[in-house]
Amino acid sequence: MKKYTEEDLKEDLVNQEYEYGFYSDIEADKFPNGIDESVVIALSKKKNEPQWMTDWRLEAFRIWKSMEEPDWANVNYEKPDFQAISYYSAPKSKPKLNSLDEADPELLKTFEKLGISLAEQKRLANVAIDIVMDSVSVATTFKKTLAEKGIIFCPISEAIQEHPELVKKYLGTIVPQTDNFYAALNSAVFTDGSFCYIPKGVRCPMELSTYFRINEGGTGQFERTLVIADEGSYVSYLEGCTAPARDENQLHAAVVELIALDDAEIKYSTVQNWYPGDENGSGGVYNFVTKRGICHTNSKISWTQVETGSAVTWKYPSCVLKGDNSVGEFYSIAVTNNHQQADTGTKMLHIGNNTRSTIISKGVSAGKSQNSYRGLVKINKNAKNARNFSQCDSLLMGDLCGAHTFPYIEASNSSAQIEHEATTSKIGEDQLFYCNQRGIDTERAIALIVNGFSKEVLNKLPMEFAVEARKLLEISLEGSVG
Amino acid sequence: MDNNDIKIAFDAFIKQHAPDVLTAKRKEAFETFTTKGFPTKKIENWKYTSLKAVLKPNYATVNTVSDNTLEQVEALLAAKSETYKLVFVNGVFQEQLSDITEEINVFSNVLKASNTEINQYFDTISDSSEAMVNLNTAFASSGAFITLANNKILAKPIELLFFAKAETPVFLQARNLIRVGENTHANIIEKHINLGEAIVLTNAVTELFAAASSHVQYTKLQNDSLLSNLVDNTSVSQQKDSIVTVNTFSFGGKFTRNNLTFHQYGSHCDSVLNGLSILDGKQFVDNHTLVNHNVPDCESHELYNAIYDEKSTGVFNGKVIVKQAAQKTNAYQQNKNILLSDTSNVYAKPQLEIFADDVKCSHGCTIGQLDDKVLFYMKQRGIPKAKAKALLFYAFANENVKAVKIPALRNEITHIIASKLDVTFDLEV
Repeated sequence: MKKYTEEDLKEDLVNQEYEYGFYSDIEADKFPNGIDESVVIALSKKKNEPQWMTDWRLEAFRIWKSMEEPDWANVNYEKPDFQAISYYSAPKSKPKLNSLDEADPELLKTFEKLGISLAEQKRLANVAIDIVMDSVSVATTFKKTLAEKGIIFCPISEAIQEHPELVKKYLGTIVPQTDNFYAALNSAVFTDGSFCYIPKGVRCPMELSTYFRINEGGTGQFERTLVIADEGSYVSYLEGCTAPARDENQLHAAVVELIALDDAEIKYSTVQNWYPGDENGSGGVYNFVTKRGICHTNSKISWTQVETGSAVTWKYPSCVLKGDNSVGEFYSIAVTNNHQQADTGTKMLHIGNNTRSTIISKGVSAGKSQNSYRGLVKINKNAKNARNFSQCDSLLMGDLCGAHTFPYIEASNSSAQIEHEATTSKIGEDQLFYCNQRGIDTERAIALIVNGFSKEVLNKLPMEFAVEARKLLEISLEGSVG
Repeated sequence: MDNNDIKIAFDAFIKQHAPDVLTAKRKEAFETFTTKGFPTKKIENWKYTSLKAVLKPNYATVNTVSDNTLEQVEALLAAKSETYKLVFVNGVFQEQLSDITEEINVFSNVLKASNTEINQYFDTISDSSEAMVNLNTAFASSGAFITLANNKILAKPIELLFFAKAETPVFLQARNLIRVGENTHANIIEKHINLGEAIVLTNAVTELFAAASSHVQYTKLQNDSLLSNLVDNTSVSQQKDSIVTVNTFSFGGKFTRNNLTFHQYGSHCDSVLNGLSILDGKQFVDNHTLVNHNVPDCESHELYNAIYDEKSTGVFNGKVIVKQAAQKTNAYQQNKNILLSDTSNVYAKPQLEIFADDVKCSHGCTIGQLDDKVLFYMKQRGIPKAKAKALLFYAFANENVKAVKIPALRNEITHIIASKLDVTFDLEV
């Protein structure tokens, strides 16, 4: 039998088309390109929003106009032309669905291709899915079960109509309009997203998940997610994305805000697989996301992310550990191949006493990609007994890629204990040899080793995602092995 | 002192100095500096370090040396150990106190003759993107100019002593160019000593060229008075099989900024960066290191330890760049910090930029305190708490001190550490 060599592997990878690169044909109602105040107002009107929301958007827009696009990240890309983007695109008709049978068959087909048949999920996985397709929710399931517990899980546009007091109270408190360039833009033009409220003492009985997809060509997608866990509650929230193949760069600038009140716990998991562009680096999604959560007393926020897609990723899920005894966690795998660039990491801000944070970040770079970890651990002056452990490991495959770490550590309290370690290496030849010797071919051996390398993070994912994530890793990773 | 004051000082400097081989370079460097100005916190490399307070006094750039001062320096030197000395007072070279040879010389002696070596080496490896380096180049006229021949083991260490004594604040620029020949072994010590009551700001640039198979140990002992501010820029270029160690001991001074850069140009070199800071009061020390791995099969070892007490602040920024060609690189970096008070601060940023795949690179960074369990264990065995602590601190610091090859210098450092930690060691090393 002919030996399967590295070269074959490389070849395979190059020839391998983006598995989820299809485009579903749904008629869309779309704004003309460009942005100014009238677009923001029209958008707000279109969504039938109350006056305070329109004002909030306009304020954000004014702030955004006064800001400059940042360029400190370790990524190179062609800056998006914000006047060439349409800021609203919705599936034309938005029927209220009671069952899946009423859904657009096109849409159902799309999901089938993605391997997430709604019916299957509904029946087997006990997962309620709020599907965001081109910025507007088309189907929401399991709402009734959740409603019985008092849990609110709906599109944020609906929450603005039906629960304005909650939205008003929390929106923009963690990521204010002034936070950064893309957060300001998102605040002005976000079209939809998810809203989730878990009442006092309630343990959400199922994993909440949303599938985000970018569908219409040339449409920027601006999602806004707000998760509030009231005192003593628990929620596990899953977010996953795949996007169809496109030639032009698509912009994705989402904002996620998490609020964990006293004794609450939020687990937020992401599998990100936006279209990364082809092997020449053309096309692909720009993923500039602001994610931040605040922990009150005794609460916990845990971010888990698997980043395999996007041409350019720029995101730092962060925790503000405000309350005493609060806990922040960040588990991440970022895989880059071909011309992908990822600058990702986290911020842990220790403000309360006895706060703890854990950061496990694994980066795998292959092809001509660049993978950066950028993080901040800050112990405030009055934060007694803060504890942090950080670990960033990078795996390099091929000699054209790069791995970078930019960890910032700032401590101002003598009782703080901080450990940070980072390693960079390639897959050991002895490890590969060991596997080969035992009859495991190189390709599978690599998958095995990489899975082992990422195990610490994969283990943190909810069951439903762990399977998918492992598959994704294998797809993204096979190849240019050095 | 602001950008305008420095312009006046530069014009005066150019007028005063007869044109020499560096005049054109100085003007060019000053122009570059003018466009940048003094570094501010907006620059990523100066994010945690503000020169505002340092630049506040109205510094003089031209100084005189009184006979009194010279006597004082002479008396100090009489007690010093056996070294080849180059003595500078207020930036002026003191030949009668120094041991000049053909190889161990100073800039002021070599500038007049048309020296091709200067053009070949001067300002070639220093970091020209750093405004403080540009500023130094603009004023470069005083400092060590050392050219050691091949195949030699230097009998004694070379000691560069920069004294300052003035009535009013003074701004000094020291410039050193050191070349070590093939297979040559050398030890170099650098000290800055402020004997006066006035504030001193020293902006030093050192370029060190280590030829193939040379062994160089360069020790910076920074134990200056609390009126002193130091910005030190050191760049090292290494050829194949060379081993260069730079030890940076920061105990004194009010404000210290060390920029240390290594460039590896030949295979199988080893770069050792070794730093220890023990600070209290309102002291500030910032160590920025950069190791450029340009070629395959090289190593770098970096260990920076620090103890911070009272209102002191420390910054560590360790950057390792492994270029695509630099396969089989082993780069290790460690930064350990002990915070003793809630008013002390530490900002650490260990940074790796790796473009080659067949490498082993790691960095570790910790911030913490002494282990209570260890202290308890020692107390249980009859060691008083103060002594137990001192022993642990000594052990922590000794990781760095033991790297110093010259016994006399090692002893000197141990004594400084003992007085800094307010303990007595009966450990003679």
